[in-house]
Amino acid sequence: MVKIIKKEVLTPQIKLMVIDAPRVARHAKAGQFVIVRINEEGERIPLTIADFDSEKGTVTIIFQEVGKSTIQLGELNEGDHITDFVGPLGKEIEEKNFGHVVCVGGGVGIAPIYPKAKALKKLGNRITSIIGARSSDLLFWEDRMQSVSDALYVTTDDGSYGEKGFVTSVLDRVIQKEKIDLVIAVGPLMMMKMVSLLTKKYELPTLVSLNPIMVDGTGMCGCCRVTVGKECKFTCVDGPVFDGHSVDYDELLARQRNYLEEEKRAVENWLMKKAEEGVHHAK
Amino acid sequence: MPNNRLNGRPKMPQRTVQERIRDFDEVPLGLEKWAAIEEAKRCLQCKKPSCMKGCPVEIDIPGFIGLLAQGKIDEAVMKIKEKNSLPAICGRVCPQEEQCESLCVLGKKGQPIAVGYLERFLADYEREQGIDLPKMPTQNGKKVAIIGSGPAGLTCAGDCAKMGHKVTIFEALHSAGGVLIYGIPEFRLPKAIVAQEVDYVKSLGVELELSVVVGKTLTFDDLLQDGFEAFFIGTGAGLPHFMNLPGENLNGIYSANEFLTRSNLMKAFRFPEYDTPTKVGRRVSVIGGGNVAMDSARTALRLGAEEVCLVYRRTKKEMPARIEEIERAEEEGINCIILTNPVRFVGNENKWVTGIECIQMELGEPDESGRRRPIPVPGSEFVIPADTVVVAIGQGPNPLLLETLPELKLNKRGYIEADEVTGATSIPGVYAGGDIVTGAATVISAMGAGKKAARAIDDYLKNKS
Repeated sequence: MVKIIKKEVLTPQIKLMVIDAPRVARHAKAGQFVIVRINEEGERIPLTIADFDSEKGTVTIIFQEVGKSTIQLGELNEGDHITDFVGPLGKEIEEKNFGHVVCVGGGVGIAPIYPKAKALKKLGNRITSIIGARSSDLLFWEDRMQSVSDALYVTTDDGSYGEKGFVTSVLDRVIQKEKIDLVIAVGPLMMMKMVSLLTKKYELPTLVSLNPIMVDGTGMCGCCRVTVGKECKFTCVDGPVFDGHSVDYDELLARQRNYLEEEKRAVENWLMKKAEEGVHHAK
Repeated sequence: MPNNRLNGRPKMPQRTVQERIRDFDEVPLGLEKWAAIEEAKRCLQCKKPSCMKGCPVEIDIPGFIGLLAQGKIDEAVMKIKEKNSLPAICGRVCPQEEQCESLCVLGKKGQPIAVGYLERFLADYEREQGIDLPKMPTQNGKKVAIIGSGPAGLTCAGDCAKMGHKVTIFEALHSAGGVLIYGIPEFRLPKAIVAQEVDYVKSLGVELELSVVVGKTLTFDDLLQDGFEAFFIGTGAGLPHFMNLPGENLNGIYSANEFLTRSNLMKAFRFPEYDTPTKVGRRVSVIGGGNVAMDSARTALRLGAEEVCLVYRRTKKEMPARIEEIERAEEEGINCIILTNPVRFVGNENKWVTGIECIQMELGEPDESGRRRPIPVPGSEFVIPADTVVVAIGQGPNPLLLETLPELKLNKRGYIEADEVTGATSIPGVYAGGDIVTGAATVISAMGAGKKAARAIDDYLKNKS
């Protein structure tokens, strides 16, 4: 059992929670994740650690409400408890001075890119950040990203804020005019694929952080397997950060769709159950 | 008295196929009291019992059977529990036919004593009556950390507690029991029984910390700083092997670990009441011939599959599964496709599996395991259509904890090198046992290892101070 000590609604569908989890916070490193199970009936979902404070013993998670579990999690409030909060899991990113690092965050991927930018900035890297979302109401943490970046670019697909277009077009421009030592991209799979295709052309080392479906998150089931180069890797123990140029994105895109029908059914079932409870309360 | 005996040995009453294949309730029903006592009377009470040599936890088999024959049920239970803290589990999942029962003198001419059925009867009887606690010594204040709450860890924890040590079990998952919870299905080992056995171990004063991944949440150094003086690693063989064949990451292909974990631990068979889904198509193929393969196939059937087959590269004779389990699987309509080995997985444009391309095999000379080596028959490829595939070809050691302990010596296969008698590893004070030492084996051998390690830990702690 862990306690939610702070909740922030970043956008209507994206929420932030600060969790009281001293053991997880003590060993957490940028790039790692936690497995969250809301209650006894809950599934085990992986969420990247967006920030942590080892001294206060807190871990920050950010999630977009896309399925039953994340919707239900989003309904919890400060003071509420979460049944399981396991971590920190996965491997951390290599923390050293690479030189000039470009951090690309797309959508809810801005959350996991932040601790990486923060950790690398501390080690003396020059950080250029590019964050983007579909529209302005899905953007968050511009201020935080600003605080750990030497330069920050913001894009929206629809032009409702910042530059209209995709993060890749800004990245292309930065590549044209500056020397880059490392690109780190976190966001929707399609975005990470496009970033990797672009940086491959210029042979720029690129890391991506994957977020496939998981069950245990400790290497026990192989649900999160992904082809990297010619090898089969388990994201939970071998990743979640991999060489962006070696990941088989198309395979992973298909694997992400494995339970679409069930996910839809779970949401419908949940909304119906809540509606029924609502009727009871009204009576 | 109903006549359901075979050469004197009782048959295990079990639910009919029609009744059992659409739910997850337990299949064998257990012996009735009169049948158990009758069977106990059949024991010859050998002066030099050979059955005990087959028991990895050294249960006094003629001792408990003799008490049962006299109707002294409570005493019979205590006799088992002197050596085995988890009899309800062993009575169900031990391969007695290869252990105690295989050595029973009666088996030479007729049928051996049904030791497993009797053990199960006694454990179940006790559970229904309420369990008495053994006399506990006063705690000596020495802290022992047990990593992993599977059969090895639970046994080691229970025994260390009985020796007066202060024991904490650290479990990575949200439920205790290890493979007993995530691996073995409800219909073979009801989870209420596992929970009760875990509660028993807790009632001995053992603390249980769930959702703690040692090596990640807590490091070994953290545990040392917390005052733990001895350690037992029983983390199991939890890393599923895949075949490394083309198409293996298509949707619809599961490791047995994932397939069983979804159903057993996460209760996917009760989706959407429980949040974790699972996918079972009309036709399911399970690759492998061990108990895990049988469990997967029978789970698939209960999840609604119309046709379930097992694909195995040797013949039924070489299958490592218990004969009883193979029989039950076949009774339930599971088809064994033998002398057949997958060469690649076939999928559709949406990257969903549609079948397994296989090649026929024939048996050649025996290999290092003594089983005849299967050899492919050139040109015999054919496709088995399948909507769901479960790969049940074995597991390897989970690297999570081992990676964080570089000084811990491993063997060539990546398992922990531990002394066979004591479980001692290359690090003083650190013991290991179960599948993380031997590779995938039985519940009872893991318990045996936990037991031996507890004794060694006790010696170590006594000599240390």
